[in-house]
Amino acid sequence: MTADALIALLPIMVVAGAAIVVMLAIAVRRNYRLTVILTLLGLVTALATLPLAAERAPLAATELMRIDRYALFFIGLVLATGVAVTLLCYDYFAKREEQKEEIYILLLTTLLGGAVLAASSHFASFFLGLETLSVSLFAMIAYPIKERLPLEAGIKYMTLSGAASAFLLFGMALIYAEVGVLSFAELGRLSATADFQPSVLIGIVMIIVGLGFKLSLVPFHLWTPDVYQGAPAPVTALLSTVSKSAIFALLLRYFVVSGSYSYESLSAVLTFIAVASILVGNLLALLQDNVKRILAYSSIAHLGYVVVALITGRVLGSAFAVEAVAFYLVAYVVSTLGAFGVVAVLSVGGDEAETLAAYQGLFWRNPGLASIFTASLLSLAGIPLTVGFVGKFYVFSSGVNADLWLLVWTVVIGSGVGLYYYLRIVLAMMKSADGVATAAVPAAPAPLVGCLTLTVLVALLLWLGVYPGAFMEMLQSLSKTLS
Amino acid sequence: MTLFWLITVLFVGGLLAWLAERWQAAAPRWVALAALALAAGLAILLLSGADAMTAWPASPAGGAWLSELEWPWIPRFGISFHLALDGISLLLIALTVFLGFMAVACSWTEITQRSGFFHFNLLWTLAGVLGVFLAMDLFLFFFFWEVMLIPMYFLISIWGHEKRAYAAMKFFLFTQISGLLMLLSILALAFIHRQSTGVYTFDYFTLLGSRLDPGTADWLMLGFLAAFLVKLPSVPFHTWLPDAHTQAPTGGSVILAGILLKTGAYGLIRFVVPLFPDAAHRFTPVAMTLGVLSILYGAKLAFAQSDLKRLIAYSSVSHMGFVLLGVFAWNALALQGAVMTMLAHGVSSAALFMVAGALQERLHTREMGRLGGLWPKIPRIAVVALFFFIATLGMPGLGNFIGEFLVLLGAFKVSVAMTSLAALGLIAAPIYALIAIQRTFYGSARATRPIADFGVREMAMMAFMIAAMVWMGIYPQSMLEVASPAVEKLNRTAAVGAMLP
Repeated sequence: MTADALIALLPIMVVAGAAIVVMLAIAVRRNYRLTVILTLLGLVTALATLPLAAERAPLAATELMRIDRYALFFIGLVLATGVAVTLLCYDYFAKREEQKEEIYILLLTTLLGGAVLAASSHFASFFLGLETLSVSLFAMIAYPIKERLPLEAGIKYMTLSGAASAFLLFGMALIYAEVGVLSFAELGRLSATADFQPSVLIGIVMIIVGLGFKLSLVPFHLWTPDVYQGAPAPVTALLSTVSKSAIFALLLRYFVVSGSYSYESLSAVLTFIAVASILVGNLLALLQDNVKRILAYSSIAHLGYVVVALITGRVLGSAFAVEAVAFYLVAYVVSTLGAFGVVAVLSVGGDEAETLAAYQGLFWRNPGLASIFTASLLSLAGIPLTVGFVGKFYVFSSGVNADLWLLVWTVVIGSGVGLYYYLRIVLAMMKSADGVATAAVPAAPAPLVGCLTLTVLVALLLWLGVYPGAFMEMLQSLSKTLS
Repeated sequence: MTLFWLITVLFVGGLLAWLAERWQAAAPRWVALAALALAAGLAILLLSGADAMTAWPASPAGGAWLSELEWPWIPRFGISFHLALDGISLLLIALTVFLGFMAVACSWTEITQRSGFFHFNLLWTLAGVLGVFLAMDLFLFFFFWEVMLIPMYFLISIWGHEKRAYAAMKFFLFTQISGLLMLLSILALAFIHRQSTGVYTFDYFTLLGSRLDPGTADWLMLGFLAAFLVKLPSVPFHTWLPDAHTQAPTGGSVILAGILLKTGAYGLIRFVVPLFPDAAHRFTPVAMTLGVLSILYGAKLAFAQSDLKRLIAYSSVSHMGFVLLGVFAWNALALQGAVMTMLAHGVSSAALFMVAGALQERLHTREMGRLGGLWPKIPRIAVVALFFFIATLGMPGLGNFIGEFLVLLGAFKVSVAMTSLAALGLIAAPIYALIAIQRTFYGSARATRPIADFGVREMAMMAFMIAAMVWMGIYPQSMLEVASPAVEKLNRTAAVGAMLP
């Protein structure tokens, strides 16, 4: 391994190192604040090494990882999300009784898994990254071990995740049995020259099934609302952002590099998944009264929108698809972090603030937080001035441009239905607070760190919504590097 | 730059108004007035320039454009921050700022809670509307189109009346979903243009000349029509309007009826006909039928209402039918009439909603069955109401008459049958208008306690509105002249595009 490769892998190694340092620090002395500071330090250092790695990109660092600008972009997204989640966790876990330092080790390993996924170009690193990510998440979801719901959620996620991994491995095995290679690039090269139709196709479909579980796409979505509801709010934020964006980054890379776009029948499978996710996610969200469950179903729908952008790559070429998917994922991550961040900040007092009643009159009790929540929800709904709108614009553009009208209409219907439940939450916040909500949520002062984090997120959400030009151009140049 | 500041003043004013509430409870009102005064100053600046330029014969850009501004915004997709002003926009902007003052003034005592946030929403709605009237980039247009919705939604859902949540949701869903259809059309238009030229652009002037095959043009036009017909609103897409109008606070109703409906009409004039002249021409029979249906059905429903605000809301449907008819009559006369109707209806319906709001503030009801016999108690309100109901029924000498008359005159050249049916609207309007007056102000009095009449502030507002109405009726030429170059130009583009003689 050359020095260049080591430097290119620095961001990933720094995160791994940070996990070890935090673990040792906890072993020596339990200090909550120190643990958080070390975690943040590790993440910021890792982010700081990204430019160093970018100078070496594109580079195949070992056969398993390919560090190109695409990978570095998603590593950056994962790590930045990690910083936000750490800050949200700080207040949330500060007053809890159980031993709370270890959550940050798990957080770092989750991010490590995500970063590996973003860079992996080989089935082995694919699987390793995915398992690192998932196993850390099981423990994080069930972290408040004395409570019933988190435990249930943790076990549910673990069981289904295990099943999904089995599908995934089986799919990989089928492909390996037919083609005899494990690297995406090799696979792409070989399948361009020879026709491996049946078993490779079945293998890819099984991989899609496995990843569909993790991305909570319909019909593999059943765990989503329960797990989202059961997990502590900052962990839900992590689960719905880091794991989704990293896995999708991998799926997209796999599609582009291994030449899977050439299978026509895959488009049909993905179209079905996208349409089902958008419709089911949005329609079931209508029936919920629990904010975390509403957001869970909405995330199912949002992943459906991303799949739409993925499908259009077949017609429009991978560059536009990469650009659209990357932008949409950033929009989704920023808005979702904002939304779950508010839930987390409001849950600091003890009980999870998850019923709609808990949000009643929030606009008049805490206008700042309510405005942040409103902005995030409007962004998820795709209303202009927010980043979510530009994301929707990308999805619509790709659909219209590719002439895939079935998908476009589904997105229209989904967006229309979506508005209804996002506005329900907004309306609840605007109702007058007379006597109803004071009991539901303790009037604890909102924690400072969490609020600052959310303010930065909303500033980003508005900035990218009003002035997305520069960011788009960055993505455009980046999208050409993946091939 | 004037155009940019015109919009920015209101955006910034809105933020300041929100912040000012912390300082003093009454401060937001004054901040809002100050922002509107600045905007009015800028509008007058544009207006004074307008006179100079209408005399300017044929400039390279076609002479109809008075002011323009273009900055790159999202170069990746060829989207620019492109604003331009012609006579029609100028008149509508003047209307917007004028009614903005009225909306602030009539909320002076009605809105006592959270007045900072109220004025923030009010000014942002107005800013969005100004943006809609000025945007010459389709993406930017859609952007402003949506920006004006959310604050309006808040206005209804927070300060509205008893069924506000339902009304606000309905308003938002109708307009948003139809807006999405327009977005699809915008995107498709831009991509078709890119396929033929290789350039991404959302610029109105560039897209004007796009060649489309008839089938595509029909579909794209329907997308735009969806948004505009819902907003106008035309039968059968009007059902959100009575609810939204009835439930909105007075200031909200004033803006909604006076200005927001005009954005739909403006969209028809500015985008549907010039961008898809051919398809629009094929669509003419349907559009005219919808217009006539709106006129008659709106009038009938207005007649059947017992709620004063609902009655006024349905009368809006009826009046906007004339606009639809005028736009699709394909001649300058009818188009001028449509523009006049927009202005006159903006003033008259806003004034009627102010009267209804004043009654509700005093009597806590809008039910005409529980009103009645109010004339001797509140003579000033009664006289003002009578004046505007008479204006709305199309009395010669007042603005509405000019607009509707011109529309009928123009439409007569195209379709005698449609025009005769539409003219029945002029008979239906007096019926519902007089019924409303009769049931509200005449008859035996139900309320026994004394009721406050219009005070100085309210009379001052109404004096302005009455003056505007009379001016439009007696000297419409002053406005027709401002709009004329733009109307002529639009009409020429459309006629050439549709290959009319």
